Amino acid sequence: MKRVNAVVVGSGAAGGIVAKQLAVSGMSVVLFERGKWYTPADCRKDDLRNQRTTVLGNAFGPEDEGNPRVLVDAAGNARVVLPSEGAYQNNAACVGGGTLSYGAQAWRYMPQDFRLKSTYGAPPGSSLEDWPISYDDLEPFYDQAEYEIGVSGDYSPTPFRSPRKRPLPMPPLPANREFEILEPAAKRLGLHPFPLPMLRNSVPYNDRGPCMRCRWCCGFACEVDAKNGSQNTVIPIALGTGNCELRMSSTVKEVLVDDKGRARGVSYFDEGGHLQEQLSDVVVVSACAIESARLLLNSRSRLFPNGLGNRYDQVGRNLQGHHYTGAVGYFDHDTYDDMGPGASIAVMDYNHGTPGLVGGGMLANEFIRLPIHMVDRVPKDTPRWGLAHKQAMRAWHKRSIVIMGPTQQIPTADARVILDPAVKDQWGLPVARIQGNCHPHTFEIGAVQSQRAEAWLKEAGAIFTSRTGGKPATISAGQHQAGTCRMGNDPRSSVVNRNCQLHDVDNVFVIDGSVHVNNGGFNPVLTIMAIAYMASDALVRNWKGTGLRS
Amino acid sequence: MKPVTRRRFMAGGVVAGAALAAGCASRGRGNWDFLNDGQAHTLAAICDQIIPADDFPSASQAGAVTYIDRQLARHYRRHREAYRAGLEQAELLSRKLAGVSLPQAPPKGQFDVVTALEKEQPAFFALVRSHTFESFYGNPRHGGNRDAVSWRMLGLDEPPVRGRAQYDFTKGAQS
Repeated sequence: MKRVNAVVVGSGAAGGIVAKQLAVSGMSVVLFERGKWYTPADCRKDDLRNQRTTVLGNAFGPEDEGNPRVLVDAAGNARVVLPSEGAYQNNAACVGGGTLSYGAQAWRYMPQDFRLKSTYGAPPGSSLEDWPISYDDLEPFYDQAEYEIGVSGDYSPTPFRSPRKRPLPMPPLPANREFEILEPAAKRLGLHPFPLPMLRNSVPYNDRGPCMRCRWCCGFACEVDAKNGSQNTVIPIALGTGNCELRMSSTVKEVLVDDKGRARGVSYFDEGGHLQEQLSDVVVVSACAIESARLLLNSRSRLFPNGLGNRYDQVGRNLQGHHYTGAVGYFDHDTYDDMGPGASIAVMDYNHGTPGLVGGGMLANEFIRLPIHMVDRVPKDTPRWGLAHKQAMRAWHKRSIVIMGPTQQIPTADARVILDPAVKDQWGLPVARIQGNCHPHTFEIGAVQSQRAEAWLKEAGAIFTSRTGGKPATISAGQHQAGTCRMGNDPRSSVVNRNCQLHDVDNVFVIDGSVHVNNGGFNPVLTIMAIAYMASDALVRNWKGTGLRS
Repeated sequence: MKPVTRRRFMAGGVVAGAALAAGCASRGRGNWDFLNDGQAHTLAAICDQIIPADDFPSASQAGAVTYIDRQLARHYRRHREAYRAGLEQAELLSRKLAGVSLPQAPPKGQFDVVTALEKEQPAFFALVRSHTFESFYGNPRHGGNRDAVSWRMLGLDEPPVRGRAQYDFTKGAQS
C-alpha cells in the first residue's frame, strides 16, 4: 500500500470532519471504516431493528456475530453482551457512524461545563476535572460545525444560551402539538423554552431538502436525506478532493510503532479478511470512546507494553455517557399529532446554578414514541400484562408526553474500558470489558431533574405523572459515550493534550468523544464535531509537509 | 423482508383457533421453524393471557407465535433453551394447578397458571412478555401485528409515517 500522510480510524462525527479538513489542506488521507455505506434508500422504518430499539439487531451495525463485549455489573459479575443488547453500550458501525441514524440534537456546551471543578469542586470519589480548553477556545469551531454540517433551531428565547457570534444557519421547524402544550406551561413556571437545535434541514441547505417531519427519526436513517451527518456532508467533500480514500469493511487491528516510539501506520483486516498494513506519517483514532480506548490498549509493543498512550494507566478510564431522567405526563386530551421529529422544545434553565448540585441538565420533550416504546410507559399502577395493560395502551398512547434529558454524569476513574483477558472478537482481538459506574451524585442530580420534568408536565395540564430514571446498576455510555482518553495538561491524569495529541506519541491523535473531560448536560455530538474542527486546525497548522512541527 | 405467506398465515390462524377453542395439543412438528405443535399451543395460551382479545384480536390471533417462532430460528436462537424449558415448566404448572394441559384449561385456569408462571419462572415470563409485546406492537413484517391491527387499535396511520403524506420538496416542511 502506498504510504499516506494520515490514517483516520472511524468515519463518524469526528473522523469524517478530520478526514475532510486534512484532505482539503492537501494531505493524503486513508479513512478507515469497519462498516458499510448506507444511503437513504436503505432507510427501513423498522421499529424492532434500528439503532434505538435493537431487539432484532442493529440496522447500521455492528452485527451480533463476532463482535461481543464483556460487561461487569455492580456485583462484579462479568457476562458477554451482544451489540443488540442495551448493556453493550453500542454506537453504530457504518459510514457516518452514529450521525447516520442519530436524533441529531446539536447542543453547544455552556462555558461552565468546561470549568466544572473550579465552579463546583469535585465530589469526593469523583474524577471531575476542568478542561484544558475554554468555551471561548471552542466557540469558532462550534460555529463552523453549525454552518458546515447544518443546524436548525432558535436559541434567542433563552438567556442561558452560550455566547455566540451569529444565529443558527436555519430557522427551527414549525411547532408540533407537544410544543404548543409545553411552551406556555414552561413560561408560566418562569422558564425559557425554545425550539431546540438540530442537525437537520428545516429549509433546503447543502443541496438537500428539508425534514419531512415524520416521527421515525432517532435511530433511523433519513429517507429524504434531511438529517445532516458525516456521510452526507464532510465525507463526500473529502472524497471530492481526490486526496482521501475511504476504505470500508476494514477493521483496524493496531497502531504500529517504530523502534523510536513513533507511529508508522496501522495494521488492519481488509474487506476480504486479510491482514494488511497502511503506513502513514500521522494516525488519528476516531473510533468512539469505547473502541478508541480498545484500539490503543490493543496496540501493545516493546516500548508500550500496556498499550499506546497508556504509560500512566489512564486510557479507558472516566468512561461516561448520560444518565437520562425525566417523567411521563398523562393528559385527558390528545397530545399526540404524530409530527416529527419529536423532540422540539427544550429548556436550559436547569443546567447550572442549583445549590447543592454539581451541574444539572437540559430538559426536552422526547424524540420518538412508537407503540413498542409505550409498552413500559403506561401509568405505573397498570398491571404488567393482561387486558388492563392492553386497554391502558389504548387509553394513553396518544394522551401522554415524555419530558427527559441527559443528566450530567459525574465521572469516576473506576468507570472504565479494559481488555477482556479471555473473550476475543471475530479477528481474534481482545474485546472491550466495561466496568464501573458514574459517581452517585449523578443520581441525585437526576432525581431533581425528574421532579422538574414532572412539575413542567403538571403545569401543562397532566392529570398525573410518573418519573423515569432511577439508579441504573451499570454505566449508561452508548451513543453518548465519552471520556476514555481525556484531554489535559498533566500526562499523569490525562491521555491527550489540548490538541488531541497523545502525551506519549506526538504523531498519534485521538479525536472523538473520548477526549471529553466531562460530557455536559447535553447531547454531545456538536461538541465532538467542534473538537474535530479545532484539533484538525491545529494538526494542519503544525504539519510541515512530511511530518509534524515539533 | 419475509412476506407473510399463506402457509404462515394459516399456521398462525390454526394456533389462535386452537388456543381459543382449547383444541388438542399434539406433539407433531407442524409448520413451525423451531417449535413443535404442542409448544406452539402452550405458547399461544401464554401470549393470549399477556394480550387477550377484546374488540381487537389477541396476541396469537395477530401472529405472536409466528413472530416468536421465526425469531427463535433467527435472531433469538440464544433463547431456544429458555423456551424449551419454560414451556415445559408452564405445562407442568398447568397439570398441577388446572389438571389439564394449558391450552385445554378454562380461561380462569389459564390466568391462574400464567400468574403462577410469572412468579415461579420470572426470567422466562419476562422474555415471553417482551417478545409478545414486540410481536403485537412492532412492525408487521416480522410476523406479528397482522394487518397492523395494534396500530389501528391505537388510532395511528398505517403505515404510521405521517410525514410522507405532507412532504413537498418545493415548499419545505408544513405543519
